[in-house]
Amino acid sequence: MTDPFIQVKGLYKIFGEDPESALPHIAEGKSKNEILAETGHTIGLKDINLTIEKGKLFVVMGLSGCGKSTLIRHFNRLIDPTKGQIIVDGVDVVQLSQKELESFRCHKISMVFQHFGLMPHRTVLENVAYGLAVQKVNKEIRYEKAHHWLETVGLKGYESLYPSQLSGGQQQRVGLARALCTDADILLMDEAFSALDPLIRSEMQDQLIELQEKLHKTIIFITHDLDEALRLGDRIAILKDGELVQEGAPEDILLNPVNDYVEAFVRDVNRARALTVETVMKPPVWRITANTIAEALSQMRKQPGDYGYYVNDDGYQGVITQEKLEAAAKKNGSGVICEKVIEELSPVSPDSLLESVLPETLDSEYPLPVVDEQGELCGELSRASLAKALVDTGGDESEESTGTRPST
Amino acid sequence: MAENSWLTEFPAMDRTDLLAIRKTLDSGFRDFSRSYGDAIESFFDPLLNLLVLIEQLLIQSPWWVIILAVAGLSFAASRSIKLTIGVIVAFMLIGYFGMWDNAMRTMGIITVSTLLSITIGVPIGILMSSSNRAQSIVTPILDIMQTMPAFVYLIPVVMLLGIGKVPGVIAVVIYAIPPVIRLTNLGIRLVDKEVLEAATAYGANRMQRLWGVQLPLAMPTIMAGINQTIMMALAMVVIASMIGVKGLGQPVLKSITNQYFTMGLFNGLAIVALAIIFDRVSQAYAKRSQKHLQGIQND
Ligand SMILES: Nc1ncnc2c1ncn2[C@@H]1O[C@H](COP(=O)(O)OP(=O)(O)O)[C@@H](O)[C@H]1O
Ligand SMILES: [Mg+2]
Repeated sequence: MTDPFIQVKGLYKIFGEDPESALPHIAEGKSKNEILAETGHTIGLKDINLTIEKGKLFVVMGLSGCGKSTLIRHFNRLIDPTKGQIIVDGVDVVQLSQKELESFRCHKISMVFQHFGLMPHRTVLENVAYGLAVQKVNKEIRYEKAHHWLETVGLKGYESLYPSQLSGGQQQRVGLARALCTDADILLMDEAFSALDPLIRSEMQDQLIELQEKLHKTIIFITHDLDEALRLGDRIAILKDGELVQEGAPEDILLNPVNDYVEAFVRDVNRARALTVETVMKPPVWRITANTIAEALSQMRKQPGDYGYYVNDDGYQGVITQEKLEAAAKKNGSGVICEKVIEELSPVSPDSLLESVLPETLDSEYPLPVVDEQGELCGELSRASLAKALVDTGGDESEESTGTRPST
Repeated sequence: MAENSWLTEFPAMDRTDLLAIRKTLDSGFRDFSRSYGDAIESFFDPLLNLLVLIEQLLIQSPWWVIILAVAGLSFAASRSIKLTIGVIVAFMLIGYFGMWDNAMRTMGIITVSTLLSITIGVPIGILMSSSNRAQSIVTPILDIMQTMPAFVYLIPVVMLLGIGKVPGVIAVVIYAIPPVIRLTNLGIRLVDKEVLEAATAYGANRMQRLWGVQLPLAMPTIMAGINQTIMMALAMVVIASMIGVKGLGQPVLKSITNQYFTMGLFNGLAIVALAIIFDRVSQAYAKRSQKHLQGIQND
């Protein structure tokens, strides 16, 4: 694996008069409330360790006040850490001088704000071009770029209006265009869609997904909404009281929550809409590659199941049952497997949401074959595993987990 | 008995001691003004020149040029015909009742005092907004400046600089500067934190944040402060006339000592007229610029 693009190592943030003085209290293992009562210091973040890969959308999630905004403001150092390192593309951001920091913010990282953070005295166009104006890029070039990004986010024609003349969704698009206009690799989004109506919000999510497919930015996205996190995130980190409780792929969080806190988050999620087939399918029971009926039948008798998926050079063809094979064997045991014995059973894609395959799975006599874009059989989806995924709340400890468990 | 007198009478300082304190302070300050008075006076020479220049300009120009200029300025600032006509009528009346020259002198001193208050007050306000410590030092000073009777700080000013225009302007500025300082500070502190954060996040340095975000967004509040400063400067005109500032204040002062009711009233009304003109024009300007900046909602 290549070096991680962004790395956070042992990050602490304490708010108060003398932050350093509270560090020993944390080391003693006292809780956030105890430390606040004893020393008057608020723990913002406690020993955060993270790695974020380039081109991924990394979601940080947690309840209000858990330190999400504090964490995201460390990446561009709107907040200075009490202790720790933030390494972005090989450079420790904490060590940057004021000038270097300003240059870093200009070129490397940009930000979208919860309440948009637009400048009311500047037009939409000037707002989008703001980052370039700070860099003293000449007017023509920066307005040309701003036009381009406004068009990309679907706000062509709004250039000369003021932010107060736009709706919330439109304002946030301006915010997004402003962030994209500086061509920064990293995009910080602090509850960027939380202030929007649900409908507008999901529109914005779609737009972000679409943009991300083209641009491959490294995005750090803050939200308090698990549905949003699952929809957008390549990885999800969950914060509680300034501590990282779990970090992993979305299905991982959903299927293997490490503790009650995460489980409480996960409980109300509509799993059918959040999980894909890939995450719950089992390896295919067996694939039939034999040429003749007799061969196939003898293979199948050794297996516990009474069916198999027939696969040839062209990939998945259909399902074959033991019953049919036996019937065909009586007629002509050395015959080649042909359409007569193959039953049609339309496969499902590993990327479909469970919700969309629910009816077929329940209707079908056999587990549905899962076939990828190349036509390769990659798994099977049974009623049982579907039901388990939808009902199970993740208490099953024996299941393997790729999620990290920082501390308990 | 003697030991218990503090029960009935306040245990005040000995009279002779008090006298000694007053003597040392007074003579100390007198010595100071004797040795440095001239240097300080020449320090203010540019200010005096500016004052004289503006006053001469206002008095020497033909009256109709002034009225046209003032009417033009009011219209440019407010874009209101009604207000402009009101301004013209007010100036006509002031001239007709024989107060033209004095009104011009007063306008001159108000203009200079206001400009001085802005050039000193806005930077102090900016400093206050950027540091809580500066704020906690400056605020009590402003409180003192606003509550201390004006006559009290006239004394050292006169002792240092004598009687005339410059001490007058200084007295007016001391009296009138607090609002512009306070409201600059307040205006900048009220700027939306997220907007400022956005500017920082895009790499803006201190100056870019100040000029590009903080001052423009604080402008309506700063304008309100400037407006108040002008009003207070006008109110100070009468008191300043006690130390030799010529203008509408002097006839008022004369009226008090000689009980000329009508003369006092006319000059007083002229001050009010100037105040209303300054107020309306500056407010109309502030409102207009604000509307332009904020965009028009619900259209
Ligand atoms: N400037 C500050 N001074 C003191 N405490 C702060 C400051 N900023 C944030 N906090 C505290 O840090 C914690 C995390 O805040 P924040 O990061 O804003 O939470 P979130 O964005 O997850 O809602 C809260 O307890 C908050 O009170
Ligand atoms: Mg927040």
